[in-house]
Amino acid sequence: MALQQTELRPMGKSIGRKEDPRLIRGKGRYIDDIMLPNMLYMCVLRSPYAHARIRRIDASAALAAPGVKLVITGEDLAGMNLAWMPTMAGDTQMVLATGKVLFQYQEVAAVVAETRAQAEDALQLIEVDYEPLPVVVDPFKALEPDAPILREDKEKKSNHIFHWEAGDREQTEALFRDAPVIVKQDVRFPRVHPSPLEPCGCVADYNSATGRLTFYVTSQAPHAHRTVLAMVSGLPEHQIHVISPDVGGGFGNKVPVYPGYVCAIVASLKLGVPVKWIETRTENITSTNFARDYHMTAEIAAREDGRVLALRVKTVADHGAFDAAADPSKFPAGLFSIVTGSYDFRSAFVEVDGVYTNKAPGGVAYRCSFRVTEASYLIERVMDVLARRLQMDPAELRLRNFIRKDQFPYHSPTGWVYDSGDYEKTLNLALQRIGYAELRKEQAEKRARGEFMGIGISTFTEIVGAGPGHTFDIMGIKMFDSAQIRVHPTGKVIARLGVRHQGQGHETTFAQIIAEELGLSADDVLIEEGDTDTAPYGLGTYASRSTPTAGGAAALCGRRIREKARKIAAHLLEVGEDDVIWDGLAFTVKGLPGRSVSMKDVAFAAYTNVPEGMEPGLEATYYYDPPNLTFPNGAYIAVVDIDKGTGAVKVRRFMAVDDCGNVINPMIVEGQVHGGLTEGFAIAFMQDIPYDADGNCLAPNWMDYLVPTSLDTPHWETDRTVTPSPHHPIGAKGVGESPNVGSPAAFVNAVVDALSPLGVEHIDMPIFPWKVWSILREHGIDE
Amino acid sequence: MIIRVKVNGRLYESDVEPRTLLAYYLREELKLTGTHIGCDTTSCGACTVLLDGKAVKSCTVLAVQANGREVLTVESLDQDGQLHPLQSAFWEEHALQCGYCTPGMLMASYALLQENPMPTEAEIREGLSGNICRCTGYVNIVKAVQSAARTMADKTREALGEVAASGTATD
Ligand code: FES
Ligand code: FES
Repeated sequence: MALQQTELRPMGKSIGRKEDPRLIRGKGRYIDDIMLPNMLYMCVLRSPYAHARIRRIDASAALAAPGVKLVITGEDLAGMNLAWMPTMAGDTQMVLATGKVLFQYQEVAAVVAETRAQAEDALQLIEVDYEPLPVVVDPFKALEPDAPILREDKEKKSNHIFHWEAGDREQTEALFRDAPVIVKQDVRFPRVHPSPLEPCGCVADYNSATGRLTFYVTSQAPHAHRTVLAMVSGLPEHQIHVISPDVGGGFGNKVPVYPGYVCAIVASLKLGVPVKWIETRTENITSTNFARDYHMTAEIAAREDGRVLALRVKTVADHGAFDAAADPSKFPAGLFSIVTGSYDFRSAFVEVDGVYTNKAPGGVAYRCSFRVTEASYLIERVMDVLARRLQMDPAELRLRNFIRKDQFPYHSPTGWVYDSGDYEKTLNLALQRIGYAELRKEQAEKRARGEFMGIGISTFTEIVGAGPGHTFDIMGIKMFDSAQIRVHPTGKVIARLGVRHQGQGHETTFAQIIAEELGLSADDVLIEEGDTDTAPYGLGTYASRSTPTAGGAAALCGRRIREKARKIAAHLLEVGEDDVIWDGLAFTVKGLPGRSVSMKDVAFAAYTNVPEGMEPGLEATYYYDPPNLTFPNGAYIAVVDIDKGTGAVKVRRFMAVDDCGNVINPMIVEGQVHGGLTEGFAIAFMQDIPYDADGNCLAPNWMDYLVPTSLDTPHWETDRTVTPSPHHPIGAKGVGESPNVGSPAAFVNAVVDALSPLGVEHIDMPIFPWKVWSILREHGIDE
Repeated sequence: MIIRVKVNGRLYESDVEPRTLLAYYLREELKLTGTHIGCDTTSCGACTVLLDGKAVKSCTVLAVQANGREVLTVESLDQDGQLHPLQSAFWEEHALQCGYCTPGMLMASYALLQENPMPTEAEIREGLSGNICRCTGYVNIVKAVQSAARTMADKTREALGEVAASGTATD
């Protein structure tokens, strides 16, 4: 592979990443690398109880401890009107506890000292007098009429947060009444945590002389964070400079605003020096946003021949103590209504109830578009339940029900318009690549010998790229994205975007898009993101929205520059503008292929020799509000073998065929797929954040909350089909979350398939070996 | 307490609190921020450095334990602007995404290849099992280590060949 990116027309090529040279030298600049003169350090005191009244906080000993400069409590914040902050879901959340605590590890006080160690020491000296209250951890119990009311600050005296529904209830009921086949399955998607390798953190640097706050933060959405901070703190927005430096992974975890950020800002405002706060891993897992925690029931009505008719879904969503879900304003349950997946249902009805419990607040769109993972997992699980009921091959059932390629644009029963796809082709490629027919034969032979081998299929449709401003907003801010391109006299480009990558390779892929549009090499284009002083306003990177939104903005911005460049080219070529054509590399004169000027020539002329009356310079900004979301799809197949002695599941093979439309950099796309599959694998087999009856978090670190190592992780096989998005400027759709959305069902379907001779219809994730071992044992199969 | 440590070939003398962890000493005292911290339970390996040639998790070693010893961090890998074959291989094989685990991965791989210059895939997976990457899914990291092993073996062969060749010339 060429690491020099000098080639022209770079779209679709696997060129080496521009961000890597600094990262492989240890020269990245992550949040904890920022060290400013006179900087102080902040640590947060957290509640040991899940639910308790706070009778008294005595911080005097802490305040007198060596190096300590400040202790902040909820009462101090209340005096500044900052004890509570708005969440992205329209709820409010305590910054520091006032009155009572609502989950274990909730923020109770903050200590600022000269060093990290001094701040930690002083935390031990704060005395808090707690009066324990009854704890509610089960969301179903929380809904019972006699459950203790957790949120006493709310007018509504119940733990019910919201009811949300989509689809057509009556039509769905009618189809269910007459359906010859109905299957029903309860499915839980456990509470998991995105756990990027770099925890969250910030450095707040308030300059009292200029009145400016420079705020370095692990942010996936720096502009949105600036606006929220302006609203919370009362500082004018232009006086807040948010910088999101290199970010060590996000996966949705770095979208919300956390109490630690607000405390660090308050501390810097009070003390007039920079204040740093970096989470420990334990703080990250126990208090920053989790994901999922959906208790779902799905029913499918179908014909005897397997044709699906209607889908009915009921869900209870555990949001913890504060509804801090990072969903667009109009979708309290995110895009969960994508639950009809890749199948042509005549009708569907989906409802979700959100509930408060004594757990950490959330959740986030963990490597997915706002609850698409839950939806996709549910439908793929229940399609398998239907296949088993009808004794039909799960591949066959899917092929029979797919939305056909001539049905696009497809209007889904819950109101979405799918842009394009060829699901049959994608699944057929996956079946062929993995050798499906032979595997089924092998499985039959093994079954006859009493061995447990399973094949699991998941075919999914994603919904990414939030997303049209008419439908999507966050706290009222419409969801578009932006690019600004400056071409300098020698033809070198600095481009800035409103998104903020956390490892997705934007510095390379966006350079490729812009270079392609301008006839330059990707080497000529420097991409900058994450600085609100320089980048145009955008909504950030999550929910696979960067390529669909900022990618579109980058391409259209390039085309806007080309419009002006053409005028300059005509001037240089001494012909009329209409006689100038762009051939992908240069401007040439119609009918005279020899006469041309390159973008470099034009760039120089833009500053030295523009046509009379034209404004010099060559730059443009583009705010792109996409007309629709994009709909990547995929077909995944997992092959597993089960060890009868231990219940351990070995993923022998995994074939992932993705269709994310046109691909900018195949190497980067493949890397995203590998990463997402690994996270999906972890969710299926390793991860859950359980709480005991007292609300103690039982997986507060990476000893108990498992993240896969190189030894655990299977080898991934990938392939792709391409159906370009018809409405996206470069036909791209986005891919980052697809493998995480699509893969859990493939794993679980494979394990259930393996155990189906024992009558197993469903196993809830995570599929720990002991769960499988218990099933085997129940049937007297233990070696 | 005063310690003397050689880090990346340079000798440092520092007064440290006995409880200071090596990772924090490197990052905050010496400003060598390539060594990262990702957990508080010795689980992630982002902080891996070489202590007297052995890979250690520097969040689990006290700075005072490094007294009189030699430490190599990721900043030591490229020499005179030339990338180490492991660094080039990580770049070429797309073995990093956010890059946060990368310094630790590189140092663990470096130690692995010192002990076992031509590891199999299984040996690499075993050798890196103390290092967590949340982004890449490991497939490309394994490929990168294999590719670096080949490059380094070729280099050694070349160097040996040159010695042999120059030996003949002087004869
Ligand atoms: S920081 Fe040392 S192992 Fe995680
Ligand atoms: S590249 Fe992000 S953790 Fe490894």
